[in-house]
Amino acid sequence: MTINYLGSISVDDLPATFTKFFLEPVSVGFPSPANDYLESPIDLNKYLIKNNVATFLIRVSGESMINANIGDQAILIVDRSLKPRHGSIVVASLDGEFVCKRLQLKPRLCLLPENPAYKPIYVQHGQDLDIMGTVTAAINKFE
Amino acid sequence: MTLLALIDCDNFYASCERVFRPDLRTKPIVVLSNNDGCVIARSKEAKAMGIKMGVPWFQIERTYLAQGGQVFSSNFALYGDLSGRVMHILEGMVNNIEVYSIDEAFLDLQHMQANSHAYEFGIHCRNIVRQWVGIPVRIGIASTKTLAKIASHIAKQKIGGTGVLCLRQQHHIDHALKNLPVHEIWGVGRNLSKRLNDLNIYSGYDLMQSDTRFIRDKFSIVLERTVRELRGEQCLKIQSRAELKKQIIVSRSFKKRINDLEQLRPLVSNFAVRASEKLRHEGQKCLQVSVLIFTSPFSNHAQYKGFHSIQFSSPVSDTRSILAGVKKALNNCFRPGYSYAKAGVVLSQFSQHSIIQGSLFDEMDQSIEAKQDDGLMRCIDAMNAKQAQVYYASQFPGQLSSTSKMMTSPKYTTNWLDLPIAN
Repeated sequence: MTINYLGSISVDDLPATFTKFFLEPVSVGFPSPANDYLESPIDLNKYLIKNNVATFLIRVSGESMINANIGDQAILIVDRSLKPRHGSIVVASLDGEFVCKRLQLKPRLCLLPENPAYKPIYVQHGQDLDIMGTVTAAINKFE
Repeated sequence: MTLLALIDCDNFYASCERVFRPDLRTKPIVVLSNNDGCVIARSKEAKAMGIKMGVPWFQIERTYLAQGGQVFSSNFALYGDLSGRVMHILEGMVNNIEVYSIDEAFLDLQHMQANSHAYEFGIHCRNIVRQWVGIPVRIGIASTKTLAKIASHIAKQKIGGTGVLCLRQQHHIDHALKNLPVHEIWGVGRNLSKRLNDLNIYSGYDLMQSDTRFIRDKFSIVLERTVRELRGEQCLKIQSRAELKKQIIVSRSFKKRINDLEQLRPLVSNFAVRASEKLRHEGQKCLQVSVLIFTSPFSNHAQYKGFHSIQFSSPVSDTRSILAGVKKALNNCFRPGYSYAKAGVVLSQFSQHSIIQGSLFDEMDQSIEAKQDDGLMRCIDAMNAKQAQVYYASQFPGQLSSTSKMMTSPKYTTNWLDLPIAN
């Protein structure tokens, strides 16, 4: 076998349509033409989680948030370091139980479901409400 | 002058149990040791009920539960994960940190000389850890580790305080030490304090005022260091993680008492295998392996504590060498006629380098140190990490030990099936 050195190429020189995945096995003994372009595979953790030490996963039970695209058994990505705002979807503990609802701060404090079959929860004086964190994403699995 | 902080998680295991159980926020909680033997952690409410540290569970079970107390078997998957998160946050805040235990860390605050800065930093630290992980911490800031320990101790006792205490001005230090019994000082303990009391040293202040020369001659250089540290002279430096780990211990209590060497050996072998895995994970090799065996301190039968160490001639990390050492050590410290309740394996004297040069004509190939096959060990570790258990012949196939854990909380952060639920 002879090898001709043809010069080097940088990623910028590649056509925009160039796909950096190699699906075919590369034969043994020949240097893989992909070696110079190896990138780490797409990492869902990186996409979904910004601050991993403050992020927890929580499973949803029920359909109360279905109109916010959060189905029964969805996995919530909850970031405790983000300050919840008016309109954020949050996980809160209310009277000792975790709930996932949309946070309404004005005109009055309320946890809103995203399903007309469920009633808004107006937090009463003396009720124990603690916002655990902000929901940054939800994963619904279909199969 | 040096400046450092001790961050100490409040009732750590009990606090961990609360993170995903908001319903337990004000309930008494105790956490039990491996095998559910005795109480190893208590929430503030459990302490207020008079539950003592280390008390055997069976002694308090009925009255404690009748009073509405909550009990958990230890869930180290959860505690380890939350501890890792806390330490990671702290590591991001300062340049130099010593993770002292699962729930304590020393932080170098050298760059924060102004008192107000250090205090504000402490408050910030406390708020972030609380918000991000849900664990309450208290913080003691001082010029030495020993004083920082005292500061955090006082911060803990101050009810309704901020949980942060700066102990830097001399009149504050003097006041704190005058009110501190000498046995509560880090590294002093009950036995030493009795001897100190005989010399009219009762408070931390008395100890600080003692002559260092006298203390060294009468006690030890270690206690002399404590005296110097109380005076604000730094003797104990912040050590990074790599310097700190000097031994690996794997020990467990047994579910049933064991009398027989042939029954004990496979269990101790399990500990040795686990300890070897940890050793390789740390990228270390060791020169010494020790075996400990104990009878139960709570039984009426004869008591015995066995201990034996085996020295290797060159550093090892191959499980087969360590198993061979453990077998020798166990044979040496085992005594028939006792009911053993607990055993452990300790790997120590970490080293990367061969101390004794094997000579050309040595029979090194026959020795237990000769079998150092890193490739084989990597391969077995990789297989075992994927649950394909590869066993050594001397092991007891199955769990690491025969611990019974009836009351463990879910592994909320490390197992998909155990995630917390929100409605």
